[in-house]
Amino acid sequence: MDLFFQLLINGIIVGTLYGVVAMCFVLIYKSTQVVNFAQGEFLLIGAWICWYILVQFQIPFVFGFLITLVFMAGLGIFIQMVVLRPMIGEPIISVIMVTIGLSIFMRALVNWLFGQNAVGFPEVFSTSSINIGGLYVQPAYLMSFVISIVIMAGFFYFFKYSRYGLAMRATAFNQQVAQSLGISVKQVFAMAWAISAMVSALAGVVVGMVNGVSSALSFIGIKVFPAVILGGLDSIIGAVVGGLIVGVLENMAEYVDGQFLYWGNMLTIAPFWVLIIILVIKPYGLFGTKDIERV
Amino acid sequence: MSEETAILDVQGVSLQFGGVRALSDVTFSVAKGELFAIIGPNGAGKTSMMNCISGRYTPTEGRVIFKGREVTGLKPNQRADLGIGRTFQNLALFGHMSVLDNIMVGRHHLLKNGFLRGALYWGLAQREELAHRRDVEDIIDFLEITHIRKAMAGTLPYGLRKRVELARAIALNPDLILLDEPMAGMNLEEKEDMARFIIDLNEEWGISVIMIEHDMGVVMDISHRVAVLDFGQKIAEGLPDEIMNNPRVKTAYLGEDDGGLVFTDDDEEVA
Ligand SMILES: Nc1ncnc2c1ncn2[C@@H]1O[C@H](COP(=O)(O)OP(=O)(O)OP(=O)(O)O)[C@@H](O)[C@H]1O
Ligand SMILES: [Mg+2]
Repeated sequence: MDLFFQLLINGIIVGTLYGVVAMCFVLIYKSTQVVNFAQGEFLLIGAWICWYILVQFQIPFVFGFLITLVFMAGLGIFIQMVVLRPMIGEPIISVIMVTIGLSIFMRALVNWLFGQNAVGFPEVFSTSSINIGGLYVQPAYLMSFVISIVIMAGFFYFFKYSRYGLAMRATAFNQQVAQSLGISVKQVFAMAWAISAMVSALAGVVVGMVNGVSSALSFIGIKVFPAVILGGLDSIIGAVVGGLIVGVLENMAEYVDGQFLYWGNMLTIAPFWVLIIILVIKPYGLFGTKDIERV
Repeated sequence: MSEETAILDVQGVSLQFGGVRALSDVTFSVAKGELFAIIGPNGAGKTSMMNCISGRYTPTEGRVIFKGREVTGLKPNQRADLGIGRTFQNLALFGHMSVLDNIMVGRHHLLKNGFLRGALYWGLAQREELAHRRDVEDIIDFLEITHIRKAMAGTLPYGLRKRVELARAIALNPDLILLDEPMAGMNLEEKEDMARFIIDLNEEWGISVIMIEHDMGVVMDISHRVAVLDFGQKIAEGLPDEIMNNPRVKTAYLGEDDGGLVFTDDDEEVA
Protein backbone atom coordinates (compact mmCIF):
# COMPACT_ATOMS: atom_id res chain seq x y z
CA MET A 1 0.00 0.00 0.00
CA ASP A 2 2.94 2.29 0.65
CA LEU A 3 3.95 1.94 -2.96
CA PHE A 4 0.46 2.97 -3.98
CA PHE A 5 0.62 6.22 -2.02
CA GLN A 6 4.14 6.85 -3.13
CA LEU A 7 3.07 6.58 -6.75
CA LEU A 8 -0.03 8.69 -6.10
CA ILE A 9 2.15 11.46 -4.69
CA ASN A 10 4.51 11.14 -7.63
CA GLY A 11 1.53 11.36 -9.96
CA ILE A 12 0.25 14.53 -8.36
CA ILE A 13 3.67 16.16 -8.41
CA VAL A 14 4.37 15.24 -12.01
CA GLY A 15 0.75 16.04 -12.89
CA THR A 16 1.00 19.62 -11.67
CA LEU A 17 4.10 20.02 -13.79
CA TYR A 18 2.26 18.64 -16.82
CA GLY A 19 -0.49 21.08 -15.92
CA VAL A 20 1.95 23.97 -16.13
CA VAL A 21 3.24 22.93 -19.53
CA ALA A 22 -0.32 22.30 -20.69
CA MET A 23 -1.23 25.86 -19.64
CA CYS A 24 1.61 27.15 -21.78
CA PHE A 25 0.28 25.18 -24.70
CA VAL A 26 -3.25 26.46 -24.18
CA LEU A 27 -1.97 30.01 -23.81
CA ILE A 28 -0.54 29.89 -27.32
CA TYR A 29 -3.55 28.12 -28.76
CA LYS A 30 -6.03 30.48 -27.16
CA SER A 31 -4.33 33.71 -28.07
CA THR A 32 -2.86 32.84 -31.46
CA GLN A 33 -4.86 29.79 -32.66
CA VAL A 34 -1.65 27.87 -33.19
CA VAL A 35 -1.40 24.23 -32.10
CA ASN A 36 2.19 24.22 -30.95
CA PHE A 37 3.80 20.83 -31.34
CA ALA A 38 7.13 22.34 -30.36
CA GLN A 39 6.08 22.99 -26.77
CA GLY A 40 8.26 20.18 -25.42
CA GLU A 41 11.31 21.63 -27.16
CA PHE A 42 10.92 24.79 -25.10
CA LEU A 43 11.49 22.66 -22.01
CA LEU A 44 14.45 21.02 -23.66
CA ILE A 45 16.09 24.23 -24.81
CA GLY A 46 15.38 26.03 -21.56
CA ALA A 47 16.96 23.28 -19.47
CA TRP A 48 20.03 23.01 -21.72
CA ILE A 49 20.61 26.74 -21.83
CA CYS A 50 20.36 27.03 -18.07
CA TRP A 51 22.66 24.03 -17.61
CA TYR A 52 25.16 25.48 -20.07
CA ILE A 53 25.25 28.90 -18.41
CA LEU A 54 25.66 27.40 -14.95
CA VAL A 55 28.38 24.98 -15.96
CA GLN A 56 30.23 27.30 -18.29
CA PHE A 57 30.23 30.49 -16.26
CA GLN A 58 29.94 29.11 -12.74
CA ILE A 59 27.50 31.81 -11.67
CA PRO A 60 24.88 31.43 -8.94
CA PHE A 61 21.80 29.52 -9.97
CA VAL A 62 19.45 32.51 -9.69
CA PHE A 63 21.39 34.55 -12.24
CA GLY A 64 21.79 31.67 -14.64
CA PHE A 65 18.11 31.03 -14.37
CA LEU A 66 17.16 34.67 -15.00
CA ILE A 67 19.40 34.80 -18.06
CA THR A 68 17.67 31.65 -19.30
CA LEU A 69 14.27 33.29 -18.91
CA VAL A 70 15.36 36.36 -20.86
CA PHE A 71 16.78 34.15 -23.59
CA MET A 72 13.59 32.11 -23.78
CA ALA A 73 11.39 35.22 -23.99
CA GLY A 74 13.52 36.35 -26.91
CA LEU A 75 13.33 32.94 -28.54
CA GLY A 76 9.55 32.80 -28.16
CA ILE A 77 9.11 36.23 -29.69
CA PHE A 78 11.57 35.41 -32.47
CA ILE A 79 9.73 32.22 -33.41
CA GLN A 80 6.39 33.97 -33.35
CA MET A 81 7.57 36.84 -35.52
CA VAL A 82 9.74 34.99 -38.00
CA VAL A 83 8.09 31.59 -38.30
CA LEU A 84 4.44 31.97 -37.37
CA ARG A 85 3.49 35.51 -38.27
CA PRO A 86 3.77 34.78 -42.00
CA MET A 87 1.46 31.80 -41.42
CA ILE A 88 -1.45 33.90 -40.19
CA GLY A 89 -4.49 33.09 -42.27
CA GLU A 90 -3.03 29.84 -43.64
CA PRO A 91 -4.98 26.58 -43.16
CA ILE A 92 -4.65 25.12 -39.69
CA ILE A 93 -3.02 21.96 -41.04
CA SER A 94 -0.20 23.99 -42.61
CA VAL A 95 0.42 25.74 -39.32
CA ILE A 96 0.54 22.37 -37.56
CA MET A 97 3.09 21.13 -40.09
CA VAL A 98 5.19 24.20 -39.40
CA THR A 99 5.22 23.64 -35.64
CA ILE A 100 6.03 19.95 -36.11
CA GLY A 101 8.90 21.00 -38.36
CA LEU A 102 9.99 23.50 -35.76
CA SER A 103 9.99 20.80 -33.11
CA ILE A 104 12.14 18.45 -35.21
CA PHE A 105 14.52 21.26 -36.08
CA MET A 106 14.95 22.43 -32.49
CA ARG A 107 15.46 18.91 -31.18
CA ALA A 108 18.07 18.17 -33.83
CA LEU A 109 19.82 21.45 -33.12
CA VAL A 110 19.98 20.73 -29.41
CA ASN A 111 21.23 17.19 -29.98
CA TRP A 112 23.93 18.55 -32.23
CA LEU A 113 24.96 21.25 -29.77
CA PHE A 114 24.78 19.34 -26.52
CA GLY A 115 24.73 15.69 -27.45
CA GLN A 116 22.12 13.10 -26.58
CA ASN A 117 23.39 11.89 -23.25
CA ALA A 118 21.72 12.95 -20.06
CA VAL A 119 23.76 15.23 -17.85
CA GLY A 120 23.12 16.08 -14.25
CA PHE A 121 22.25 19.57 -13.20
CA PRO A 122 24.67 21.38 -10.91
CA GLU A 123 23.25 20.60 -7.52
CA VAL A 124 20.93 23.25 -6.18
CA PHE A 125 19.25 21.23 -3.47
CA SER A 126 20.57 18.40 -1.37
CA THR A 127 19.34 15.10 -2.70
CA SER A 128 18.44 13.39 0.54
CA SER A 129 14.73 12.76 0.71
CA ILE A 130 12.37 14.44 3.13
CA ASN A 131 10.06 12.27 5.13
CA ILE A 132 6.44 13.42 4.89
CA GLY A 133 4.11 11.19 6.86
CA GLY A 134 6.09 8.07 6.10
CA LEU A 135 6.54 8.87 2.43
CA TYR A 136 9.81 10.00 1.01
CA VAL A 137 9.86 13.00 -1.26
CA GLN A 138 12.94 14.42 -2.89
CA PRO A 139 13.40 18.13 -2.14
CA ALA A 140 13.62 18.77 -5.88
CA TYR A 141 10.20 17.14 -6.32
CA LEU A 142 8.79 19.23 -3.54
CA MET A 143 10.28 22.32 -5.13
CA SER A 144 8.79 21.30 -8.47
CA PHE A 145 5.38 21.02 -6.86
CA VAL A 146 5.63 24.35 -5.08
CA ILE A 147 6.89 26.11 -8.19
CA SER A 148 4.08 24.64 -10.27
CA ILE A 149 1.49 25.89 -7.81
CA VAL A 150 3.09 29.34 -7.74
CA ILE A 151 3.08 29.50 -11.54
CA MET A 152 -0.58 28.53 -11.64
CA ALA A 153 -1.44 31.22 -9.12
CA GLY A 154 0.61 33.65 -11.20
CA PHE A 155 -1.30 32.75 -14.35
CA PHE A 156 -4.57 33.21 -12.53
CA TYR A 157 -3.57 36.62 -11.21
CA PHE A 158 -2.16 37.72 -14.54
CA PHE A 159 -5.26 36.89 -16.55
CA LYS A 160 -7.76 38.00 -13.97
CA TYR A 161 -6.27 41.24 -12.76
CA SER A 162 -3.43 42.56 -14.90
CA ARG A 163 -4.25 44.78 -17.83
CA TYR A 164 -2.03 42.73 -20.13
CA GLY A 165 -3.88 39.62 -19.09
CA LEU A 166 -7.16 41.36 -19.85
CA ALA A 167 -5.87 42.49 -23.22
CA MET A 168 -4.81 38.94 -24.03
CA ARG A 169 -8.18 37.53 -23.04
CA ALA A 170 -9.92 40.19 -25.08
CA THR A 171 -7.79 39.32 -28.10
CA ALA A 172 -8.43 35.62 -27.67
CA PHE A 173 -12.15 36.32 -27.61
CA ASN A 174 -12.36 38.67 -30.59
CA GLN A 175 -9.28 40.03 -32.33
CA GLN A 176 -11.15 42.59 -34.35
CA VAL A 177 -12.88 44.15 -31.40
CA ALA A 178 -9.69 44.11 -29.34
CA GLN A 179 -7.91 45.97 -32.11
CA SER A 180 -10.63 48.59 -32.26
CA LEU A 181 -9.90 49.22 -28.58
CA GLY A 182 -6.26 50.00 -29.26
CA ILE A 183 -4.81 46.58 -28.50
CA SER A 184 -1.97 45.56 -30.78
CA VAL A 185 -2.64 41.98 -31.81
CA LYS A 186 1.01 41.60 -32.85
CA GLN A 187 2.12 42.54 -29.36
CA VAL A 188 -0.33 40.13 -27.77
CA PHE A 189 0.85 37.27 -30.00
CA ALA A 190 4.48 37.98 -29.17
CA MET A 191 3.66 38.16 -25.47
CA ALA A 192 1.82 34.83 -25.55
CA TRP A 193 4.82 33.10 -27.12
CA ALA A 194 7.27 34.79 -24.78
CA ILE A 195 5.36 33.80 -21.65
CA SER A 196 4.77 30.30 -22.93
CA ALA A 197 8.44 29.78 -23.76
CA MET A 198 9.63 31.19 -20.44
CA VAL A 199 7.29 29.16 -18.28
CA SER A 200 7.98 25.99 -20.27
CA ALA A 201 11.70 26.56 -19.80
CA LEU A 202 11.12 26.95 -16.10
CA ALA A 203 9.38 23.58 -16.11
CA GLY A 204 12.27 22.17 -18.14
CA VAL A 205 14.79 23.37 -15.58
CA VAL A 206 12.77 21.85 -12.77
CA VAL A 207 12.57 18.48 -14.51
CA GLY A 208 16.25 18.76 -15.39
CA MET A 209 17.11 19.15 -11.72
CA VAL A 210 15.14 16.06 -10.83
CA ASN A 211 15.90 13.74 -13.74
CA GLY A 212 18.90 15.30 -15.44
CA VAL A 213 18.91 17.17 -18.71
CA SER A 214 18.43 15.07 -21.83
CA SER A 215 16.44 14.86 -25.01
CA ALA A 216 13.79 13.00 -23.01
CA LEU A 217 12.61 16.43 -21.84
CA SER A 218 10.96 17.14 -25.15
CA PHE A 219 8.85 14.03 -24.63
CA ILE A 220 6.91 15.95 -21.99
CA GLY A 221 5.50 18.01 -24.83
CA ILE A 222 3.91 14.83 -26.18
CA LYS A 223 2.61 13.76 -22.77
CA VAL A 224 1.04 17.13 -22.34
CA PHE A 225 -0.95 16.65 -25.49
CA PRO A 226 -3.48 14.22 -24.00
CA ALA A 227 -3.66 16.50 -20.97
CA VAL A 228 -4.59 19.45 -23.12
CA ILE A 229 -7.09 17.55 -25.22
CA LEU A 230 -8.62 16.15 -22.04
CA GLY A 231 -9.00 19.65 -20.69
CA GLY A 232 -10.48 20.95 -23.91
CA LEU A 233 -7.65 22.71 -25.77
CA ASP A 234 -8.91 26.21 -25.02
CA SER A 235 -9.36 26.08 -21.26
CA ILE A 236 -6.56 27.02 -18.90
CA ILE A 237 -8.30 25.36 -15.96
CA GLY A 238 -8.90 22.35 -18.15
CA ALA A 239 -5.18 22.18 -18.87
CA VAL A 240 -4.37 22.03 -15.16
CA VAL A 241 -6.95 19.35 -14.49
CA GLY A 242 -5.91 17.43 -17.59
CA GLY A 243 -2.27 17.57 -16.50
CA LEU A 244 -3.14 16.23 -13.06
CA ILE A 245 -5.22 13.43 -14.54
CA VAL A 246 -2.44 12.35 -16.88
CA GLY A 247 0.18 12.50 -14.12
CA VAL A 248 -1.87 10.47 -11.67
CA LEU A 249 -3.07 8.12 -14.36
CA GLU A 250 0.33 7.11 -15.61
CA ASN A 251 1.54 6.43 -12.10
CA MET A 252 -1.59 4.45 -11.27
CA ALA A 253 -1.17 2.47 -14.47
CA GLU A 254 2.39 1.78 -13.41
CA TYR A 255 1.12 0.54 -10.05
CA VAL A 256 -1.55 -1.73 -11.51
CA ASP A 257 0.84 -3.04 -14.10
CA GLY A 258 3.67 -3.59 -11.64
CA GLN A 259 1.46 -5.35 -9.10
CA PHE A 260 -0.95 -7.37 -11.21
CA LEU A 261 -0.66 -7.22 -14.97
CA TYR A 262 3.04 -7.31 -15.83
CA TRP A 263 2.36 -6.00 -19.35
CA GLY A 264 5.08 -3.43 -19.09
CA ASN A 265 5.19 0.11 -20.40
CA MET A 266 1.70 0.99 -19.14
CA LEU A 267 3.08 4.25 -17.81
CA THR A 268 3.40 5.75 -21.25
CA ILE A 269 0.36 4.26 -22.90
CA ALA A 270 -2.38 4.59 -20.30
CA PRO A 271 -3.00 8.33 -20.68
CA PHE A 272 -3.64 7.89 -24.39
CA TRP A 273 -6.14 5.10 -23.80
CA VAL A 274 -8.06 7.22 -21.34
CA LEU A 275 -7.84 10.13 -23.74
CA ILE A 276 -9.58 8.12 -26.42
CA ILE A 277 -12.28 6.96 -24.05
CA ILE A 278 -12.99 10.48 -22.76
CA LEU A 279 -13.07 11.94 -26.25
CA VAL A 280 -15.63 9.36 -27.30
CA ILE A 281 -17.85 10.49 -24.42
CA LYS A 282 -17.04 14.21 -24.50
CA PRO A 283 -15.69 15.20 -27.92
CA TYR A 284 -14.74 18.70 -26.80
CA GLY A 285 -12.79 17.64 -23.77
CA LEU A 286 -13.80 18.13 -20.17
CA PHE A 287 -13.82 21.93 -20.22
CA GLY A 288 -13.70 22.83 -23.89
CA THR A 289 -16.12 25.07 -25.71
CA LYS A 290 -17.83 23.59 -28.69
CA ASP A 291 -17.44 26.22 -31.32
CA ILE A 292 -13.67 26.46 -31.31
CA GLU A 293 -12.77 22.87 -32.06
CA ARG A 294 -12.12 22.03 -35.64
CA VAL A 295 -8.64 20.59 -35.41
CA MET B 1 -14.14 72.51 -44.47
CA SER B 2 -10.91 74.09 -43.27
CA GLU B 3 -8.17 72.05 -41.63
CA GLU B 4 -8.66 73.47 -38.14
CA THR B 5 -12.35 72.79 -37.76
CA ALA B 6 -12.54 69.38 -39.43
CA ILE B 7 -11.82 66.39 -37.21
CA LEU B 8 -12.27 63.94 -40.06
CA ASP B 9 -11.86 64.27 -43.80
CA VAL B 10 -12.88 61.43 -46.08
CA GLN B 11 -11.52 62.12 -49.56
CA GLY B 12 -12.64 60.17 -52.60
CA VAL B 13 -12.83 56.84 -50.82
CA SER B 14 -13.64 53.76 -52.90
CA LEU B 15 -13.76 50.20 -51.67
CA GLN B 16 -13.90 47.10 -53.83
CA PHE B 17 -14.65 43.53 -52.75
CA GLY B 18 -13.89 41.40 -55.79
CA GLY B 19 -16.70 42.39 -58.12
CA VAL B 20 -18.68 44.29 -55.49
CA ARG B 21 -18.07 48.00 -55.31
CA ALA B 22 -19.07 48.76 -51.74
CA LEU B 23 -18.04 52.42 -51.89
CA SER B 24 -17.47 54.70 -54.90
CA ASP B 25 -15.62 57.95 -54.55
CA VAL B 26 -17.20 59.05 -51.28
CA THR B 27 -16.13 62.42 -49.92
CA PHE B 28 -17.32 64.14 -46.78
CA SER B 29 -16.01 65.94 -43.78
CA VAL B 30 -16.98 66.01 -40.13
CA ALA B 31 -16.40 69.10 -38.02
CA LYS B 32 -14.96 69.05 -34.53
CA GLY B 33 -17.85 68.68 -32.09
CA GLU B 34 -20.31 67.64 -34.74
CA LEU B 35 -22.90 64.88 -34.48
CA PHE B 36 -22.91 63.50 -37.99
CA ALA B 37 -25.28 60.82 -39.25
CA ILE B 38 -24.86 58.42 -42.16
CA ILE B 39 -28.05 56.89 -43.49
CA GLY B 40 -28.96 54.73 -46.45
CA PRO B 41 -30.81 51.55 -47.41
CA ASN B 42 -29.50 48.11 -46.43
CA GLY B 43 -26.29 47.24 -48.20
CA ALA B 44 -25.62 50.86 -49.14
CA GLY B 45 -22.09 50.73 -47.77
CA LYS B 46 -22.54 52.47 -44.41
CA THR B 47 -20.72 49.89 -42.34
CA SER B 48 -18.03 49.66 -45.01
CA MET B 49 -17.53 53.40 -44.72
CA MET B 50 -17.19 53.11 -40.98
CA ASN B 51 -14.67 50.30 -41.35
CA CYS B 52 -12.60 52.46 -43.68
CA ILE B 53 -12.51 55.15 -41.00
CA SER B 54 -11.75 52.76 -38.13
CA GLY B 55 -9.09 50.90 -40.11
CA ARG B 56 -10.67 47.50 -40.43
CA TYR B 57 -10.75 47.98 -44.20
CA THR B 58 -8.20 49.86 -46.22
CA PRO B 59 -9.85 51.82 -49.03
CA THR B 60 -8.94 50.76 -52.56
CA GLU B 61 -8.70 54.43 -53.44
CA GLY B 62 -8.88 57.70 -51.56
CA ARG B 63 -7.66 59.00 -48.24
CA VAL B 64 -8.87 59.28 -44.68
CA ILE B 65 -7.55 62.21 -42.69
CA PHE B 66 -8.05 62.41 -38.94
CA LYS B 67 -7.11 65.51 -36.96
CA GLY B 68 -5.11 66.75 -39.93
CA ARG B 69 -3.09 63.57 -40.23
CA GLU B 70 -3.44 60.93 -42.90
CA VAL B 71 -4.44 57.61 -41.33
CA THR B 72 -5.37 55.66 -44.48
CA GLY B 73 -2.67 52.99 -44.03
CA LEU B 74 -2.81 52.69 -40.24
CA LYS B 75 -3.99 49.62 -38.32
CA PRO B 76 -7.21 49.79 -36.29
CA ASN B 77 -5.30 49.80 -33.01
CA GLN B 78 -3.12 52.67 -34.19
CA ARG B 79 -6.22 54.66 -35.09
CA ALA B 80 -7.71 53.86 -31.70
CA ASP B 81 -4.52 55.23 -30.14
CA LEU B 82 -5.00 58.43 -32.12
CA GLY B 83 -8.52 58.82 -30.80
CA ILE B 84 -11.04 56.97 -32.95
CA GLY B 85 -13.42 54.81 -30.92
CA ARG B 86 -16.21 52.66 -32.26
CA THR B 87 -19.07 50.32 -31.52
CA PHE B 88 -20.19 47.50 -33.78
CA GLN B 89 -23.43 46.81 -35.63
CA ASN B 90 -23.55 43.36 -34.10
CA LEU B 91 -22.91 43.13 -30.41
CA ALA B 92 -19.25 42.71 -29.69
CA LEU B 93 -18.84 42.57 -25.93
CA PHE B 94 -16.42 40.19 -24.26
CA GLY B 95 -19.22 38.04 -22.95
CA HIS B 96 -17.17 36.07 -20.43
CA MET B 97 -15.83 39.19 -18.72
CA SER B 98 -17.49 41.48 -16.23
CA VAL B 99 -18.86 44.83 -17.35
CA LEU B 100 -16.03 46.54 -15.49
CA ASP B 101 -13.38 44.40 -17.18
CA ASN B 102 -14.92 45.08 -20.58
CA ILE B 103 -14.58 48.78 -19.95
CA MET B 104 -11.06 48.39 -18.54
CA VAL B 105 -10.00 46.72 -21.79
CA GLY B 106 -11.06 49.92 -23.53
CA ARG B 107 -8.72 51.71 -21.18
CA HIS B 108 -5.78 49.48 -22.03
CA HIS B 109 -4.16 51.65 -24.66
CA LEU B 110 -3.96 54.60 -22.28
CA LEU B 111 -2.19 52.44 -19.72
CA LYS B 112 0.24 50.76 -21.97
CA ASN B 113 3.27 52.99 -21.60
CA GLY B 114 5.65 50.30 -20.65
CA PHE B 115 5.26 46.78 -19.35
CA LEU B 116 8.67 47.14 -17.75
CA ARG B 117 7.95 50.52 -16.23
CA GLY B 118 4.73 49.13 -14.84
CA ALA B 119 6.67 46.26 -13.32
CA LEU B 120 9.48 48.40 -11.94
CA TYR B 121 7.51 51.26 -10.47
CA TRP B 122 4.77 49.27 -8.89
CA GLY B 123 3.56 52.19 -6.76
CA LEU B 124 3.38 54.53 -9.71
CA ALA B 125 1.52 51.99 -11.76
CA GLN B 126 -0.90 51.49 -8.90
CA ARG B 127 -1.62 55.21 -8.65
CA GLU B 128 -2.05 55.48 -12.39
CA GLU B 129 -4.40 52.54 -12.26
CA LEU B 130 -6.46 54.23 -9.56
CA ALA B 131 -6.82 57.40 -11.60
CA HIS B 132 -8.06 55.34 -14.52
CA ARG B 133 -10.47 53.48 -12.33
CA ARG B 134 -11.96 56.81 -11.29
CA ASP B 135 -12.42 57.83 -14.92
CA VAL B 136 -13.99 54.49 -15.64
CA GLU B 137 -16.38 54.99 -12.73
CA ASP B 138 -17.37 58.36 -14.21
CA ILE B 139 -18.23 56.68 -17.47
CA ILE B 140 -20.19 54.00 -15.65
CA ASP B 141 -22.12 56.67 -13.75
CA PHE B 142 -22.80 58.60 -16.92
CA LEU B 143 -24.29 55.60 -18.72
CA GLU B 144 -26.25 54.56 -15.62
CA ILE B 145 -24.85 51.07 -15.46
CA THR B 146 -23.53 51.20 -11.91
CA HIS B 147 -25.86 48.45 -10.77
CA ILE B 148 -24.48 45.97 -13.29
CA ARG B 149 -20.78 46.79 -13.16
CA LYS B 150 -19.86 43.41 -11.65
CA ALA B 151 -22.22 41.41 -13.87
CA MET B 152 -20.95 39.09 -16.57
CA ALA B 153 -21.46 40.98 -19.83
CA GLY B 154 -22.82 37.95 -21.66
CA THR B 155 -25.74 37.61 -19.25
CA LEU B 156 -27.14 41.11 -19.74
CA PRO B 157 -30.25 41.99 -21.74
CA TYR B 158 -29.70 43.45 -25.19
CA GLY B 159 -30.31 47.11 -24.44
CA LEU B 160 -27.87 47.12 -21.56
CA ARG B 161 -25.21 45.38 -23.60
CA LYS B 162 -25.40 48.12 -26.20
CA ARG B 163 -24.86 50.61 -23.40
CA VAL B 164 -21.86 48.73 -22.04
CA GLU B 165 -20.38 48.65 -25.51
CA LEU B 166 -20.75 52.41 -25.69
CA ALA B 167 -19.11 52.74 -22.28
CA ARG B 168 -16.18 50.65 -23.48
CA ALA B 169 -15.73 52.84 -26.54
CA ILE B 170 -15.83 56.00 -24.40
CA ALA B 171 -13.21 54.52 -22.07
CA LEU B 172 -10.78 54.78 -24.96
CA ASN B 173 -10.99 58.54 -24.47
CA PRO B 174 -11.69 59.13 -28.15
CA ASP B 175 -12.04 62.44 -29.96
CA LEU B 176 -14.29 60.82 -32.53
CA ILE B 177 -16.63 57.96 -31.89
CA LEU B 178 -18.25 55.81 -34.57
CA LEU B 179 -21.61 54.28 -33.69
CA ASP B 180 -22.93 51.59 -36.03
CA GLU B 181 -26.69 51.41 -35.43
CA PRO B 182 -26.58 52.08 -31.69
CA MET B 183 -30.35 51.72 -31.37
CA ALA B 184 -31.14 48.79 -33.63
CA GLY B 185 -33.41 46.29 -31.96
CA MET B 186 -34.28 48.57 -29.03
CA ASN B 187 -37.70 49.47 -27.73
CA LEU B 188 -38.86 53.08 -27.62
CA GLU B 189 -37.77 53.71 -24.06
CA GLU B 190 -34.32 52.25 -24.62
CA LYS B 191 -33.97 54.33 -27.79
CA GLU B 192 -34.81 57.51 -25.90
CA ASP B 193 -32.19 56.70 -23.27
CA MET B 194 -29.59 55.97 -25.91
CA ALA B 195 -30.41 59.19 -27.80
CA ARG B 196 -29.93 61.14 -24.59
CA PHE B 197 -26.58 59.45 -23.96
CA ILE B 198 -25.40 60.25 -27.46
CA ILE B 199 -26.37 63.90 -27.13
CA ASP B 200 -24.61 64.20 -23.75
CA LEU B 201 -21.60 62.41 -25.07
CA ASN B 202 -21.43 64.93 -27.86
CA GLU B 203 -22.28 68.09 -25.93
CA GLU B 204 -20.89 67.49 -22.47
CA TRP B 205 -17.99 65.17 -23.15
CA GLY B 206 -17.12 67.07 -26.33
CA ILE B 207 -16.72 63.93 -28.43
CA SER B 208 -17.48 64.20 -32.14
CA VAL B 209 -19.85 61.50 -33.32
CA ILE B 210 -20.54 59.67 -36.56
CA MET B 211 -23.67 57.59 -36.24
CA ILE B 212 -25.28 55.12 -38.60
CA GLU B 213 -28.95 54.75 -37.80
CA HIS B 214 -32.08 53.49 -39.53
CA ASP B 215 -34.57 55.22 -37.24
CA MET B 216 -35.22 58.44 -39.11
CA GLY B 217 -37.04 60.04 -36.20
CA VAL B 218 -33.92 59.82 -34.09
CA VAL B 219 -31.58 60.83 -36.90
CA MET B 220 -33.56 63.93 -37.74
CA ASP B 221 -33.95 64.82 -34.06
CA ILE B 222 -30.42 64.61 -32.82
CA SER B 223 -27.94 64.89 -35.69
CA HIS B 224 -26.44 68.15 -36.88
CA ARG B 225 -25.77 66.99 -40.41
CA VAL B 226 -26.63 63.92 -42.45
CA ALA B 227 -24.99 62.14 -45.38
CA VAL B 228 -26.91 59.64 -47.48
CA LEU B 229 -25.32 56.61 -49.12
CA ASP B 230 -26.95 54.51 -51.80
CA PHE B 231 -25.22 51.71 -53.70
CA GLY B 232 -21.90 52.91 -52.35
CA GLN B 233 -22.32 56.46 -53.54
CA LYS B 234 -23.02 59.57 -51.54
CA ILE B 235 -26.25 60.91 -53.00
CA ALA B 236 -26.87 63.76 -50.57
CA GLU B 237 -25.44 65.62 -47.63
CA GLY B 238 -26.90 68.43 -45.58
CA LEU B 239 -29.00 69.53 -42.64
CA PRO B 240 -31.67 67.09 -41.49
CA ASP B 241 -34.44 69.24 -42.97
CA GLU B 242 -32.77 69.40 -46.35
CA ILE B 243 -32.30 65.65 -46.38
CA MET B 244 -35.94 65.04 -45.47
CA ASN B 245 -37.05 67.00 -48.49
CA ASN B 246 -34.44 65.81 -50.95
CA PRO B 247 -36.15 64.00 -53.86
CA ARG B 248 -33.11 61.81 -54.59
CA VAL B 249 -33.11 60.58 -51.04
CA LYS B 250 -36.81 59.79 -51.23
CA THR B 251 -36.40 57.69 -54.36
CA ALA B 252 -33.44 55.87 -52.85
CA TYR B 253 -35.80 54.54 -50.24
CA LEU B 254 -38.25 52.79 -52.60
CA GLY B 255 -41.90 53.45 -52.04
CA GLU B 256 -41.27 56.35 -49.76
CA ASP B 257 -42.24 58.96 -52.38
CA ASP B 258 -45.25 60.02 -50.38
CA GLY B 259 -43.00 62.20 -48.30
CA GLY B 260 -43.02 60.47 -44.95
CA LEU B 261 -39.52 59.14 -44.51
CA VAL B 262 -40.22 56.46 -41.97
CA PHE B 263 -37.88 53.55 -42.23
CA THR B 264 -38.31 50.45 -40.24
CA ASP B 265 -35.48 48.25 -39.17
CA ASP B 266 -37.47 45.04 -39.08
CA ASP B 267 -35.01 43.31 -41.33
CA GLU B 268 -32.05 44.10 -39.15
CA GLU B 269 -30.44 41.10 -37.65
CA VAL B 270 -30.09 41.53 -33.94
CA ALA B 271 -27.07 40.29 -31.99
N1 LIG C 1 -16.04 41.80 -46.03
C1 LIG C 1 -16.81 41.88 -47.13
N2 LIG C 1 -16.60 41.07 -48.19
C2 LIG C 1 -17.37 41.15 -49.29
N3 LIG C 1 -18.38 42.01 -49.46
C3 LIG C 1 -18.65 42.85 -48.44
C4 LIG C 1 -17.88 42.83 -47.23
N4 LIG C 1 -18.37 43.78 -46.39
C5 LIG C 1 -19.39 44.35 -47.05
N5 LIG C 1 -19.56 43.81 -48.27
C6 LIG C 1 -20.54 44.21 -49.27
O1 LIG C 1 -20.51 45.60 -49.40
C7 LIG C 1 -21.81 46.13 -49.54
C8 LIG C 1 -22.06 47.16 -48.46
O2 LIG C 1 -22.19 46.51 -47.21
P1 LIG C 1 -22.31 47.29 -45.84
O3 LIG C 1 -22.26 46.29 -44.76
O4 LIG C 1 -21.33 48.37 -45.81
O5 LIG C 1 -23.77 47.90 -45.94
P2 LIG C 1 -24.61 48.69 -44.85
O6 LIG C 1 -24.99 49.98 -45.47
O7 LIG C 1 -23.90 48.76 -43.56
O8 LIG C 1 -25.90 47.79 -44.73
P3 LIG C 1 -26.82 47.48 -43.45
O9 LIG C 1 -27.78 48.60 -43.32
O10 LIG C 1 -27.50 46.20 -43.83
O11 LIG C 1 -25.92 47.32 -42.28
C9 LIG C 1 -22.77 44.96 -49.51
O12 LIG C 1 -23.05 44.59 -50.83
C10 LIG C 1 -21.96 43.88 -48.83
O13 LIG C 1 -22.35 42.61 -49.28
MG1 LIG D 1 -24.20 48.03 -41.69
